Amino acid sequence: MTHSLPWLHPDRVAQLHAALAERILVLDGAMGTMLQGHALDEAGYRGARFANGCDAEHTHPHDGEHADTHGCQRDLKGDNDLLSLTHPEIIRDIHVAYLAAGADFVETNTFNSTSISQADYALQHLVRELNREGAKLARAACEEAERKTPERPRFAIGVLGPTSRTASLSPDVNNPGFRNVDFDELEDAYADATHGLVDGGVDIVMVETIFDTLNAKAALSGIARVFDELGGRLPVMISGTITDRSGRTLSGQTAEAFWYSVAHARPLSIGLNCALGAKDLRQHIEALARVADCYVSAHPNAGLPNALGGYDETPEEMAKTLGEFARDGLLNIVGGCCGTTPEHIAAIAEAVRGVAPRVLPSSKSKAA
Amino acid sequence: MQLMVMNELPRYTRLSGLEPLVITPEMLFVNIGERTNVTGSAKFKRLIKEDRYDEAVEVARQQVENGAQILDVNMDEGLLDSEAAMVKFLRLIAAEPDIARIPVMVDSSKWSVIEAGLKCLQGKGVVNSISLKEGEEKFLDEARKILRYGAATVVMAFDEQGQADTVERRLQICERSYKLLTEKVGFPPEDIIFDSNIFPIATGIEEHANNAVNFIEAAKELRKRFPHSHVSGGVSNVSFSFRGNNTVREAIHSVFLYHAIKAGMDMGIVNAGALAIYDDLDPELRERVEDVVLNRRPDATERLMEIAEKHKSGTRDSGLGTRDSLAWRELPVAKRLEHALVHGIDQYVVEDTEEVRKTVTRTLDVIEGPLMDGMNVVGDLFGAGKMFLPQVVKSARVMKKAVAYLLPFMEEEKKKSGDVGKSNGKIVMATVKGDVHDIGKNIVGVVLACNNFEVVDLGVMVPAQKILDTAIAEKADMIGVSGLITPSLEEMANVAKEMKRRDFRIPLLIGGATTSRAHTAIKIEPNYETACVWVKDASRAVGVAQTLVSKALVDDFLAKVRAEYAEVRERHRNRGPAKRLVSLEAARANGSKLDWKNYTPPVPNKPGITVIDDIPIPELLKVTDWTPFFQAWELHGHYPAILTDEVVGKQATELFGDAQKILKKIVDEKWLRAKAVIGFWPAARVGDDLELTLPSPSGRGAGGEGTGSAGAFGTAEPSSAPDGAPSPEGRREEHVMLHHLRQQADKPAERPNLCLADFIAPKETGVQDWIGGFAVTAGLGIEEHLERFHKDNDDYSAIILKALADRMAEALAEWMHREVRTKYWGYAPDEALSNEELIAENWRGIRPAPGYPACPDHTEKATLFKLLDATNNAGIELTEGFSMYPAAAVSGWYFSHPDSQYFVVGKLTKDQVDDYATRKGWTLAEAERWLSANLDYDPD
Repeated sequence: MTHSLPWLHPDRVAQLHAALAERILVLDGAMGTMLQGHALDEAGYRGARFANGCDAEHTHPHDGEHADTHGCQRDLKGDNDLLSLTHPEIIRDIHVAYLAAGADFVETNTFNSTSISQADYALQHLVRELNREGAKLARAACEEAERKTPERPRFAIGVLGPTSRTASLSPDVNNPGFRNVDFDELEDAYADATHGLVDGGVDIVMVETIFDTLNAKAALSGIARVFDELGGRLPVMISGTITDRSGRTLSGQTAEAFWYSVAHARPLSIGLNCALGAKDLRQHIEALARVADCYVSAHPNAGLPNALGGYDETPEEMAKTLGEFARDGLLNIVGGCCGTTPEHIAAIAEAVRGVAPRVLPSSKSKAA
Repeated sequence: MQLMVMNELPRYTRLSGLEPLVITPEMLFVNIGERTNVTGSAKFKRLIKEDRYDEAVEVARQQVENGAQILDVNMDEGLLDSEAAMVKFLRLIAAEPDIARIPVMVDSSKWSVIEAGLKCLQGKGVVNSISLKEGEEKFLDEARKILRYGAATVVMAFDEQGQADTVERRLQICERSYKLLTEKVGFPPEDIIFDSNIFPIATGIEEHANNAVNFIEAAKELRKRFPHSHVSGGVSNVSFSFRGNNTVREAIHSVFLYHAIKAGMDMGIVNAGALAIYDDLDPELRERVEDVVLNRRPDATERLMEIAEKHKSGTRDSGLGTRDSLAWRELPVAKRLEHALVHGIDQYVVEDTEEVRKTVTRTLDVIEGPLMDGMNVVGDLFGAGKMFLPQVVKSARVMKKAVAYLLPFMEEEKKKSGDVGKSNGKIVMATVKGDVHDIGKNIVGVVLACNNFEVVDLGVMVPAQKILDTAIAEKADMIGVSGLITPSLEEMANVAKEMKRRDFRIPLLIGGATTSRAHTAIKIEPNYETACVWVKDASRAVGVAQTLVSKALVDDFLAKVRAEYAEVRERHRNRGPAKRLVSLEAARANGSKLDWKNYTPPVPNKPGITVIDDIPIPELLKVTDWTPFFQAWELHGHYPAILTDEVVGKQATELFGDAQKILKKIVDEKWLRAKAVIGFWPAARVGDDLELTLPSPSGRGAGGEGTGSAGAFGTAEPSSAPDGAPSPEGRREEHVMLHHLRQQADKPAERPNLCLADFIAPKETGVQDWIGGFAVTAGLGIEEHLERFHKDNDDYSAIILKALADRMAEALAEWMHREVRTKYWGYAPDEALSNEELIAENWRGIRPAPGYPACPDHTEKATLFKLLDATNNAGIELTEGFSMYPAAAVSGWYFSHPDSQYFVVGKLTKDQVDDYATRKGWTLAEAERWLSANLDYDPD
């Protein structure tokens, strides 16, 4: 079984567990928010490799009519993950900035690097590469930071996003039984992405921003499949999203039900991110902290979006609330999602410094 | 401060739909809805085959509404594409939040259908089922996949040889499956559910007669061996031979479940909504069904067939003998309402409610009177495991209907009384997150509204944040939270914490069936010292609320409440640090194991009852332990050293001198008379109980020559012993059960978890053992002398006299014990012990007293007194509260085994209290009341 496989990087896992036992670890903040600052245009996204319309590094038969594949006929602006290939220096700089702000973890720029999400740009053929290169950038930034402060290990988290489809919900209101994606398609897509992340050397994989738990279960199944194939595993983090103040995920689950649905993966951590600001997230993090026999994470948005879709919560405001979470014993891992910047992360890191991490329940419930 | 640290996460099965389902022991029984099964429901099959999925979804909704906690879905039908049907149906119900909130059980005999179903579940569901039928490899492969998909699983007791039908085969296959799952797959034990095959009974085939009994026995053993796992089954199989007769079928289900649940079955596939109440079955039907289920007599099936037709009813869904007939309509109206509530019949509730309403001056009295009384009965039956959740849901519906009917009348009364518009105050009320029970809260809401409070009712499952946000927005004067299930208690504490964190100042009212003053004081109030008030029931809500909004009263009231809670906490703290306890099962496994093979219990020289009347008081003085006499006066030290003690020596000597003067009068003037009655009876250990055999009523039994009467026991004695089993000699014997409790402290194997029953030979050894009993008093005649002292205002002498009588009673018990050891029982005829040795208790055998540490249940004294006829034979009476009068009296049991010893039973967990209640024929609440000092938990 997957759970009995050896670690792929046993030393890194040992360092990770030691650090978690000792303190609250800090995740990085938003990638998208930082990229907005660069205000890249279509040409900026395409970079040299896609400047001529097609993927210059990919040969494919052009039989007469130019096919809608390989990003040839689509706008690529907005495919942030592509920047790992076209502007790796921008991505690396963002990782470096977060590590300098005090993050222990950086998350790879691979939120949409699944075949299902890249289908929007007709770039499915890049899935392995996007994940591998994204992983390498994150890991390289960690290594650079570790050279400066060798006593503090840093970890690259390979991000698996929710994809643009949901397996539990019908996109057609008149046909509630309809689905535009199923478990097997999702599992395959996630397995593919996971292979790329592992190849690129991530320390951890994280299924995050989970709107639909069935997607996440497919992801976890895909991850387990990859580990079985490789004969080794990595720690897995899981982070769901409570979409609004109803207190449910998009697919309708409460935080507690969400945890029971994914607990079989025996993750390193369970947590919540995105959608809500820290204040509104509190009761749901509490629910997880009460029942989870693994570590608990939170990386909320910088408040709720304002009328213009921006985020207004200041580093100080956010750090104050998350500091309260920490002092109330709710957290093991904390960071930021949409709207957060290195300033936010620095303030959060400061707010949780020296605060004891949440104590894991003595897990009678953990199987051998 | 760490608010959320929880040190232990109990090993419960944790499933989910949109909402969590945590299977805790308190749940007693999890209902799995069976109607969404094409093999079990002709209607559902038709709907699926005719592609009428909309209506099929409605069947699922009804199951949930009727209280199904898990939904079984089965599409195994030859002419269906089962995989496609499973996927389609699961996707459709996923879109219905009312249905999708509970976990799904994917039920199929085909793995491909199960796997297709699992791929549609976002929650953690259950697979039904896998088995060793096709060998280990397939079993392990499927189990691994289930673990990867994140589901629990039902394991059928089925292997390569076939389906298990005997107890042994069931256990053997389940054990093998369990080992493979836990050891080879790493499957969590709590995610394993055994279905050890429920087979039909009353089929007319002799081999089937024991089918239910075998299942029940296997269930018991499975829960014992695998306490984290569950036992389930398809209940309707058992009554298969009575198809077409739903009354009898449902009676069989009810009786079967009653016994199976007691044995440990804790889940079942049932028609949620059509469960009959065990207590309400027609007595004749119930008895005959019970004969069949428990295989109690060879002609059981014929006897059930005889009456089956009579109980056949045309209407579906009617398992209650009483529900069929309308005889209950003849009862007084209050009883009719109770009946309607208990049985969930809403047909007549409006007319009955109206009938009561016309007779009362305030409409509210209808609710506070008969309706609340009826709901209390429902609560009691539910608590005793005689009603199930679906039935309670129905009761609530009836209640709501009645309340809804009354509401306009109450509005009208409010208008007439003229205080429209001016409210007393505003309260935000909610059933807390995770809990759906709102009957009590709704009643409180109604009652408060009738008293001019403005009630903002947020409904059920309301998160703390919403409650507090609303309270701020509404400028509420107080918040009321309610809940029925135990986890709600924790959530209430959370609400309190949040109120503190957010700087609230308004009072928090706590209510609901599981709440208590103690819990509020210990667990909730410390989180929000500002104002937490526990409200016992709806009838107190108005008084409390009015006080809280009264400027004149509120401060005093809250100060009083705070002081009261502080005192409760203080008492709680003084209980000392909690010791770790083990389960009753584990404690029993670590009981003392005496060697009965090489031991012959001594036979009493004089069995039966003996009364000893002329007791020489001077003899007693020789064996008196004086130390407690001084303790009674709060002079601490051992006699005789205390007489020369530096601090209290002078006072002690003086007191002793005065006592001696009175003692002389007691002896010389015969102020007090002493009397004793003892008895010995054959006894055998049965579990933690002792089964006594009484002499036959004809008086020719062993030891029937006693001077006292042993005939106090009628055959109707409510003991749990089998009635009147013929003895080898062909006489009918009477049995009486003595009930004992077992230590549950976590002890090493060399220190057994003791129970007095351990000191008597177990019935199965066949060893003839005996137990004795005694009741003695030295206080006969004390009254007139006490009275004289009181008249003279000489309390000092009165207290000395009482204390002396106590000492003499104790001495008499000691003296009597020695007489028993040397003469009446006679197992130590040559015993020669000094007075010191006597006080140090260096002899063989013990005489523990009911109500004292080794047997803390006072009520057992009633049995002892009946056995001895102590009131007639020794002049000692037993009060309602089981204290003895005269007070200078001692009673208890005699055990003769050389290894018998005194011990302290100590704290008890709920499983033992529950088990004890069953043995005593008590409700859990009764047991908790009588054993309250020993409870290791706060009873709900």
